[in-house]
Amino acid sequence: MELIFEKSRPGRAAVDVPASDVPPVDLNEAIGEKYLRRDLDLPEVAEIDLVRHFTGLSRRNFGVDLGFYPLGSCTMKYNPKLNEDAAAQPGFTALHPACDESFAQGNLELMFSMQRLLSHIFGMADFTLQPAAGAHGELCGVMMIRKYFESRSEKRRIILIPDTAHGTNPASGALCGFETVNLRSNAEGGVDLAHLESLMNDEVAALMLTNPSTLGLFERNIEKVASLVHDRGALLYGDGANANAFLGKVRPGDLGFDVIQLNLHKTFSTPHGGGGPGSGPVGVSAKLADYLPVPRIVKRGDGYAWSDNFPESIGRVRSFYGNFSVVVKAYAYIRSLGAEGLRRAAEMAVLNANYIKEKLKHHYDLPYDRVCMHECVFSGSRQVAQSGIHTSDIAKRLIDFGYHPPTIYFPLIVPEAMMIEPTETESKETLDSFCEAMINIAEEAKTNPQLLRDAPVTTPVARLDEVLAARRPDVAWKKP
Amino acid sequence: MDYCPHTPEDIEQMQAAIGIKSIDELFDDIPHKYRLKNIPGVPSSLSQQETLELLKAIAARNEVPKLTLTGAGAYAHFIPPVVGHIVGRAEFYTAYTPYQAEISQGILQAIYEYQTMIAHLTGTEIANASMYDGASAMAEAAVLASKISGRNKILVACSVHPQYRQVLSTYLWANGLNMSEIPYTPTGQFDTLALSKELDDSVAAIIIQNPNFFGCIEDVRPIAQAAHERGAMLIAVLGDATSLGILEPAGASGADFVVGEGQSFGNPLSYGGPYLGIFAAREKYLRRIPGRIAGATVDKNGKRGFVLTLQTREQHIRREKATSNICSNEALCALTACVYLAALGKNLRSLALLNIYKAQYLKTRLSELRGWRQIFSAPVYNEFVFACPDAKAANARLRKAGMTGAYETARDYPELYNTLLFCATELLSKKDLDRVVETLKEGEG
Repeated sequence: MELIFEKSRPGRAAVDVPASDVPPVDLNEAIGEKYLRRDLDLPEVAEIDLVRHFTGLSRRNFGVDLGFYPLGSCTMKYNPKLNEDAAAQPGFTALHPACDESFAQGNLELMFSMQRLLSHIFGMADFTLQPAAGAHGELCGVMMIRKYFESRSEKRRIILIPDTAHGTNPASGALCGFETVNLRSNAEGGVDLAHLESLMNDEVAALMLTNPSTLGLFERNIEKVASLVHDRGALLYGDGANANAFLGKVRPGDLGFDVIQLNLHKTFSTPHGGGGPGSGPVGVSAKLADYLPVPRIVKRGDGYAWSDNFPESIGRVRSFYGNFSVVVKAYAYIRSLGAEGLRRAAEMAVLNANYIKEKLKHHYDLPYDRVCMHECVFSGSRQVAQSGIHTSDIAKRLIDFGYHPPTIYFPLIVPEAMMIEPTETESKETLDSFCEAMINIAEEAKTNPQLLRDAPVTTPVARLDEVLAARRPDVAWKKP
Repeated sequence: MDYCPHTPEDIEQMQAAIGIKSIDELFDDIPHKYRLKNIPGVPSSLSQQETLELLKAIAARNEVPKLTLTGAGAYAHFIPPVVGHIVGRAEFYTAYTPYQAEISQGILQAIYEYQTMIAHLTGTEIANASMYDGASAMAEAAVLASKISGRNKILVACSVHPQYRQVLSTYLWANGLNMSEIPYTPTGQFDTLALSKELDDSVAAIIIQNPNFFGCIEDVRPIAQAAHERGAMLIAVLGDATSLGILEPAGASGADFVVGEGQSFGNPLSYGGPYLGIFAAREKYLRRIPGRIAGATVDKNGKRGFVLTLQTREQHIRREKATSNICSNEALCALTACVYLAALGKNLRSLALLNIYKAQYLKTRLSELRGWRQIFSAPVYNEFVFACPDAKAANARLRKAGMTGAYETARDYPELYNTLLFCATELLSKKDLDRVVETLKEGEG
C-alpha cells in the first residue's frame, strides 16, 4: 500500500483552520525571522483520502475483535465496550491535569477508590497509579527498593532474576543501577531453592519473581522462597504480568510479596492499542509505602486533594498522574465484574489454558507436564527433529488459519517455545477450532512441511526480510 | 457482568477432558492456607447498566470548565472528528505490539509514517515509535546521553517543565548521575553566561525546552554550539508541539535529541493521560535509542512491507544490557498524532499562527488591567507569564466564573511570586478572551 506521503497532492487538506477573529500580528516583529521554520513538509490529503488510507491500513491489522489472539504473557482478553463508553464521559476526558482540584473531585475519587480496590485484590498496603506501563511500574518498584535500602544505609547492589523472567525485569534492575544475577529454574519449572540459597547474601536487595512464572506455573515453594529472601533482609518483588491467573484466588501480599506491579491493560482488560497505552500501577507493603511516587491523593475534609508532602518519596516517574483514562476503563471493569466476576475470570482463564494443554500435549512437546495456570508453554522441538520445521513456521502457518500466533521463543529456557494464553473470554468452540488448527499444522509438518515454510499466504505481504531491515535501516521515508 | 462465555455444560465437558472433578483442583499449587474464598473489600458485580450509571455519576462529580487558560505541559486543542473515528477502529484498537509483522502491517506502516513526520517536524533524521510521555522521554534521553558519552553530569535549564525536571531527578538518582540547573535571564531565556561556568568535561548533556516553560522561545543554535564545543550533547524538549508548525525546530539548530510531549497532536487532555513521548534523534544514534522502531523492508517477493527493527537494542533480546526497559509504549496515541498531522497537513502552520495571534491578543488585553504586565521580553508562542497584584485572587475569580485559570508560576518558582502562566490556543474565541479580561477587571474594584 502507498504511504500517506505518496498520496499527497499540493493544496489539499483534510481539516481547515478557522479564520482569525483577533487581529493578526507581524511575525517578524512578534517572533523574529530567525526563529521561524523554513519548510513544513506534511502530507496534503483530502479527508476521504485520509479515511481510506487509514481504513486500508486497519484492514491489514489483526486485533482481538477480529479473532483469537493467544499471545502468551500479554493477556489479550476481550475489551468490553462498556468500559470505553464509561471512560468517554466528558467529565473524564476534558479536564486539564493542572486544573483546580475543585473541578476534579470525581477523578480524584475514582483514582483513590481504584487504589483501595487494587490494594484489596492484591493484599498490599497501598498503590500508586502513576507508572504508564508495566515496565515503567517495574522501574518505579525497583526505585522504591533502592530507596528503602538507602534509607537504612544498607549497600545492596544485586537483584536476583529467574532465568524464566521477562526481559523487562533485568532491564529495569539495570536502569536502576543494580547488578542482576540469574537464578536457575529446577526440573519442574520452579525456583531452584538450593541455587537461591547459595546466591542469598547481604548484598542482595531483592528477588524479582513472576508468579505464576512465564512457564505458566505457580511457584509451589513460594513460602520457602519468600522466607529465604526475607531472612537475609532482602525484599520480594512480584511481576504482576500474570495476575490474571489468580484474581480472587490468592493475594500476593499474603504470600510475602513486598512490591508488585500490575499491567491494567492485561489483567483488567483495557485495549492494548497496537502496543500501548498501558498502565502500570505499583502496590507496596506497609514498610515501603513512604517511598511511593508523588503526588499522592489525600482525603481533605469531604473531598480529595493532591499532596507532594511525602519527604521519603522516590519523587516522580511521570508527568501529572499517569494514564488516567486507562485507569477509568480498568475501574469500570473491576466494578462490573465484582469480586465474584474477578474470581470467575481467573478460574475460566486457568480452565481454558489447561484444556488447550490437554488437547495439544500429544501433538507437541510439553516440557513441564503439570497443571498450568493461565497459560501453557509447548516446545516445537519434535517438529524440528522430524522435518526441520521451526516454531516460527508453525506461528506463520497459524496466521493462514485465521489466528494470531502465540508468543514464540519465550521463555528462553524452553527451546522452540510456544506460549499460549487463551484468556477467559474465549468459548469452548474457539478453543476447539484453534486446537484443531494446531493439530492440523502438526500433521502438515510431517506430511507437507513446505506449506509451513511458505506461510503465511493469506496476508498482504509474505514473510518479511528482517535482516535487511536491520542491516540497512529505513525508519523514515525520504522524498525520492 | 463478566465476559466468560462458558455454560455449565461447557465447563463439565472441559473438566472431563482435563480429568478433574472441580476447578479448584487446578489451583492446588497455591498453598492451602492462603487460598481465598472471596475478595474482602471488593464489591459484588454490577450489570452493564448499573456500571455505566455509576461511572456517569462519578464523572458528574467533576465540573467541566467553561474554558481553560492553562497549558504548562498539556494543551487544549481542537481535535478533528475524523481522528477519533479512524483511531477507534478495532483492528488498531484491540491489537498489541506488532510482533507478527504479516498481520500487523497496518500499525507498522502507520508508525513508520508517524516516525517520518516526527523526524521532519523536529528537524532530525529519526524518531522512535513513542515513549510514555514528554517527561520520561526526556529522562531516558539524559540517561542515554550519559551512557554514550561516559560522562555523569546533566545540566538542565530551570525553564524546563518543573515536573519533567522532577522525573529527571528521579531517573538520574537511580542511575547514580548528577544534575545541575541553569538559570534564566531577565528575558525569560536560557542563561548562556551561567552555562559557561557549569559546562565542563563531565557534562554529558544540556537540556533546554523550546518554547520553554514560560512560553519563551529560545535561541537554540548558540546553546548547541556551546554544548558541542565541550563534547556535550544538546537535548531539546518540546513545549506545545503545535509550535513546530511555525517555529524552527531544535533539530535544525543542532540539537542531538528532540524529545517531548506529543499530546497536542490530537490527544484529549484526559486529566493527564494517556499521552505520548516524542523521541527524535540524529541518525548516528539510531542503534542506541530506546523504544520500538518500525522499519521498511521487503518480503520474499520483493514487495514493500514493515517490521519492528533493530530489536537487539531492546529488553526482550538484550535483557540487562538493553538501551532501556521500555516494552509497551503509547502506540495508539502515536497513531492519533499521525492521523492528526496527516489531517492538518500544511494547515498545521495556519493553526500555529492562530495560536500566536490569540496569545498576542490576550497579552494586549491583559496589559489593560491595573498592575498587570508581561515579565519576560523574549518572543513567545501561545504561552506567556504575567505579573499581577494577586495571582491567587485572580484565579479564584476565574474559578468562580467556571474557568480553569492560568498556572500559578510560584508553585514551582517562588521568586516569581504573583505571576501567572497563561496559555491561549485556537479553542479560545475573541469573545472568550474578552470575557476572561472582563472577569478579571471586575476584581479590580
